[in-house]
Amino acid sequence: MRIRFKLDGQDVEVDVKHTDTLLKVLKDKIGVGSVNFGCGEGSCGACMVLINGRLRYSCLTLAGYVDGKEVTTVAGLARDGELSEIQKAFLENDAAQCGYCTPGMILTAKVLLEKNPTPSDEELFDALAGNLCRCTGYIPIINAIKSVAKR
Amino acid sequence: MGVKGEVAKLRGRGIAAICYPTGMNLGGDPSQTVIVAQPDGTFVVNVASVELGQGLRTVLAQIAAEAIGASVEDVEVRFGDTQLAPHDTGTFASRTTHRMGNAIIKAGQEVRQILLDVASKILEVSPQDLEIRNGKIWVRGVPDKSLTVREVASQAQFVYNTPVVGKGHYVKPKSLVDPDTGESDPHSTMAHGCVVADVEVDTETGEVTVLQLVTVYEVGRAINPKLVEGQIIGGAVMGLGAALRETVYPRYPQLTHQTTSFREYVLPTAGDVPKIIYKIVESPTQTGPYGAKGVGEMVANGIAPAIVNAIYDAIGVQITELPITPEKVLKALREKH
Ligand code: FES
Ligand code: FES
Repeated sequence: MRIRFKLDGQDVEVDVKHTDTLLKVLKDKIGVGSVNFGCGEGSCGACMVLINGRLRYSCLTLAGYVDGKEVTTVAGLARDGELSEIQKAFLENDAAQCGYCTPGMILTAKVLLEKNPTPSDEELFDALAGNLCRCTGYIPIINAIKSVAKR
Repeated sequence: MGVKGEVAKLRGRGIAAICYPTGMNLGGDPSQTVIVAQPDGTFVVNVASVELGQGLRTVLAQIAAEAIGASVEDVEVRFGDTQLAPHDTGTFASRTTHRMGNAIIKAGQEVRQILLDVASKILEVSPQDLEIRNGKIWVRGVPDKSLTVREVASQAQFVYNTPVVGKGHYVKPKSLVDPDTGESDPHSTMAHGCVVADVEVDTETGEVTVLQLVTVYEVGRAINPKLVEGQIIGGAVMGLGAALRETVYPRYPQLTHQTTSFREYVLPTAGDVPKIIYKIVESPTQTGPYGAKGVGEMVANGIAPAIVNAIYDAIGVQITELPITPEKVLKALREKH
């Protein structure tokens, strides 16, 4: 079937199978680099995207579901070549090493801070519980998010 | 010296120290590189090992810039194409900053000499009278009359028909054991570290909580302290996962019981991270690039032993198998009584 949706502000149209996941379509059919495949079963958060502003695992979302909707990856947070505040905070705090978890971490942080601009540690840890990182030890990520929360 | 809390929850402190060799030894892991100036006078360093996120791209660019005399923004390190870069054994054994760094220094010094020779023609002075640093070349004692490294590298190619290319290599020489004395020199260098772990053990549930990790690492020279810090924190949490959680069991004894996902292979998440205090100590090694030693693996390795010792301090039993699951703690407690 043919679906149309907005991807990071651009209109896209693509043929998909009913059983294709959004992650597969984004990566393999459209060639998006700003989502990652980590587990394919909702355990790691590397594949996270926003669908109409809501945080979703693209590996657990069927592509057909986003027909007519807006999909935002971490690349869509930059405006006119300028990184968003939370992206800059990740850079400033060295919050990425291999970067595999980073798209999901940044989107999770963005959604959390929109809902709750000054999260407690407990709320922050809860929000990040679905995002695994093998490299950073989380502390730089937590520092990055807190630096935006404070502003 | 256990600080005893309530009866069910006991606290303890454990210490572990580590000496860690950098790279494979006995002549086993050569590194080679070629630095090539681009038409605009910037430099590309061709490296066959890979950046894994540890910050090699930055560290090797810093080393190249220092050796050439270029500014670090004008150096790009390119990884991963083994057809375009000369041989390197790879990214492993905490070796790449040390091995490849040494190779890059040699290559950078060749480039520096070419730049000085060309600049001496442009400025009509002897190369010995020139200084080069941070992207500038000038006649010693006359710093206001300077050329940029970029324009010299560019003119070398276009005006003086001189390729600006440097090659370098490094290998730890083979050292055999002296049959009479048993003496040998197997290590290019050793890094050192120490970890102090504070834990709380719930004697009812068997659960171990790490309250704090205090770590200190002697890294030779921290070429980029911020990146070393990243390795230390990341390594600490990786060590914590190995100590308490991560295992491919129950893959054994039957293959039908496989660990197939992150639901069974349980990594620490953001909320599991204890307070981590760290200190970097520098004691430059003669064999290292500007004194640097390998950091990557050592920072994960001392964590589990320190936690095991802290648990012993808290409850008086020595756990001998990782990960230290609540079941193992309870079983050990039962066997003790
Ligand atoms: S790939 Fe979707 S959660 Fe891991
Ligand atoms: S930076 Fe490598 S997984 Fe998070």
